[in-house]
Amino acid sequence: MKKLLSGNEAIARGAYEAGVTFASAYPGTPSTEILETVAREYPEIYAEWSPNEKVALEVAMGAAFTGARAMASMKHVGVNVAADPLMTLSYTGICGGLVLITADDPQLYSSQNEQDNRNYAKFAKIPMLEPSDSQEAKDFVVRGFDISEQFDTPVMVRSVTRVSHARTPVELKERKAAPMEVQIRKDPPKYVMLPVYGRKRHVVVEERFLKLKEFAETFELNRMEMNDPEIGIITSGISYQYAKEVFPNASYLKLGMVWPLPDKMLREFRSKVKKLYVIEELDPFIEEYLKILGIQVDLGKDVLPRCGELTPSIVKEKVTGEPEKLFLSNPENIPPRPPNMCPGCPHRGMFYTIKKLKLYAAGDIGCYTLGALPPLTSLDTCVCMGASIGHAMGMSKALGDEGRGKFVAVIGDSTFMHSGMTGLADVAYNKSYATVIIADNRITAMTGAQEHPATGYTVRGEPTHAVDFAELGKALGFKNIVKANPYDLEAYEKILKEEVEKDEPSLIVNQGPCALLKRALPKPKKPYFVDTDTCIGCKKCVGLGCPAISWNAEVGTTAEGKKRKGYATIEPTLCNGCGLCYQVCSVEAIKTEDKVFFGLVENL
Amino acid sequence: MEKTTSVLMAGVGGQGIILASDILSEVMLDAGYEVKKSEIHGMAQRGGSVSSHIRVGKKVYSPTIPKGSADYLICFEKLELLRWLDFCNGETRVIVNDLEINPPAVNLGQAAYPRELFEETARKFKNFKLVPASKTALELGNIRAANTVMIGVFSNYFDVEETLWLDKILGKLPEKLHDLNRKAFSAGRKLG
Repeated sequence: MKKLLSGNEAIARGAYEAGVTFASAYPGTPSTEILETVAREYPEIYAEWSPNEKVALEVAMGAAFTGARAMASMKHVGVNVAADPLMTLSYTGICGGLVLITADDPQLYSSQNEQDNRNYAKFAKIPMLEPSDSQEAKDFVVRGFDISEQFDTPVMVRSVTRVSHARTPVELKERKAAPMEVQIRKDPPKYVMLPVYGRKRHVVVEERFLKLKEFAETFELNRMEMNDPEIGIITSGISYQYAKEVFPNASYLKLGMVWPLPDKMLREFRSKVKKLYVIEELDPFIEEYLKILGIQVDLGKDVLPRCGELTPSIVKEKVTGEPEKLFLSNPENIPPRPPNMCPGCPHRGMFYTIKKLKLYAAGDIGCYTLGALPPLTSLDTCVCMGASIGHAMGMSKALGDEGRGKFVAVIGDSTFMHSGMTGLADVAYNKSYATVIIADNRITAMTGAQEHPATGYTVRGEPTHAVDFAELGKALGFKNIVKANPYDLEAYEKILKEEVEKDEPSLIVNQGPCALLKRALPKPKKPYFVDTDTCIGCKKCVGLGCPAISWNAEVGTTAEGKKRKGYATIEPTLCNGCGLCYQVCSVEAIKTEDKVFFGLVENL
Repeated sequence: MEKTTSVLMAGVGGQGIILASDILSEVMLDAGYEVKKSEIHGMAQRGGSVSSHIRVGKKVYSPTIPKGSADYLICFEKLELLRWLDFCNGETRVIVNDLEINPPAVNLGQAAYPRELFEETARKFKNFKLVPASKTALELGNIRAANTVMIGVFSNYFDVEETLWLDKILGKLPEKLHDLNRKAFSAGRKLG
């Protein structure tokens, strides 16, 4: 029977059917649900959230070196973090099969760039498979493990948002045991990459690559679909689906393996068709290869965009050169709904204070990156995981004493565990005065609540040790370490002001769990409400950017006869009583029937 | 169903659009069709725009709908209609929940809710239906059942037995919500 699975669920299912016993990952859109599915559905597989993608790949390597089948999954930029082990893993090869899933994000739905990770397969000289729907996602993962063991190589499987987050029918199969025995295998010339061994292994890599190229020529997942010979389309992955949608009668060379590419097959296909089109998303990866081979391409990136994802409409419009005639077009200036910090979010009070103190904030990756958007507009950098601390460190040295009291670094708890510790060590070691805020909300929030080494729980919800940020800061050399409640605006402002002025490094650890983290929130608070007779329409509460607070533009007067341009209201179904608006209101127009304390949890 | 049917659902994070689109997809899969569904997750809980593409047919390629070819546009909020007009054609059947949720710029007093534009746009469609799904759900005791009311409404347009829909809906919900959702679905069927 067929079941509707997302691409990510299908990848997890593929690992299960392939006899995988080890799965690791760091959460990142659009890859997160792969490990979540493994953890939820397949108890036969050991599953872990690793602190970052480098660790995720390294632990998978360790498992594979014993003969176990192991899978590491991550988003495209996560592979950058794992690139160090990956490049040399290509040299050592594996033992048990190892598949690395890269989930790319063309269009940057939830990422800082839209790099095309097909380039990594070429860079590391390893095979890459590219599924175009959930059935293929499952099948290609299973096939990937076979290829991995057959050629003693890690195999990458590349998904994109539209494969990972699309649900399509999948035929399920039984689990098969992995073929190799799991044991300690000593083989230093293969696994110890000293220069003397590494040089020899590089030769092995090049020989393996030639064998893989030969394999690609007859690999069943590279297939020709010969229809009308007028137009031949070479494509792979999700682009195949878009092309088929638009040109159902053309001939196709659908590449299931996008690296290495099958030279003979490419030439053969060219000879069978009159015009050759290459339809691929992002980089001209296949097209450039064809050009190196001297194969004439009649249409490719000369018309198709290099930026953003493809759609059937873009493919049609660009290939035919005819703009689509639409029944209606979308009106301009429809107010957007950008992602927003939730009502009761612990980050809001922090950003309100940063803005009030006019501090520059070196930022990082997580929900708090949204602090860059209006009305808070108080985050100034976001590049990669952990970079905020490095930015603040570099600024402190470049600005010297002039910069003191003018900036902070803001990093989340999960991001800090991912890549913040080394930067923090640098701040103390090289005697910076930078202030670092760990906006600790007790969870990896942006990707939908995943555990990490400081939450106290594993991916399967088992209690475990939780890293203590204050103790860690102390061990790294910080003398100024303050735990602060970001909901208590007066106290938080005082702490922040004091710490940024210091001539020594400071670490502020925010105390306030994510407003969506149910286990941390014992009982819901009653909502605040606006006494609309008293509200003077100053918009201070509106400036918090809370989704529960609305502005009602209606010129009038207060009960006391004061003129006003409008008044604020609070939507009771959205408010969870964090108390920020209560604190910023200067006329006591915001009230509650509940006990007043600042935060969602008492005594933070 | 000879040709592929394309359904676009749109609304605001937290309205249960993903669940509603899952139910439509699974019902159609069980009815023997190929189904593909695509949406953007990740920011859904944060009040952002949410959309889901569902495609049903004998053989479906793209999981996303080509522009101008949505057979149904189902909006869980009024303003969201205005973001997806380029997916419609003159025959598109449009169903809109009679609900306004202010986007942040409206909340901040920087923009007005485009009510007139909505009315004007609505008049351009031959098949346009405004349904009080949220109001109906509220009357039944829980506004969160509005998505089930919407499922009830659009279920009328698919040749599938009523019980298949209900079984699928109830199968995804805890038992304490069954009674409410049974009523919500049935109310939606009548509204359609």
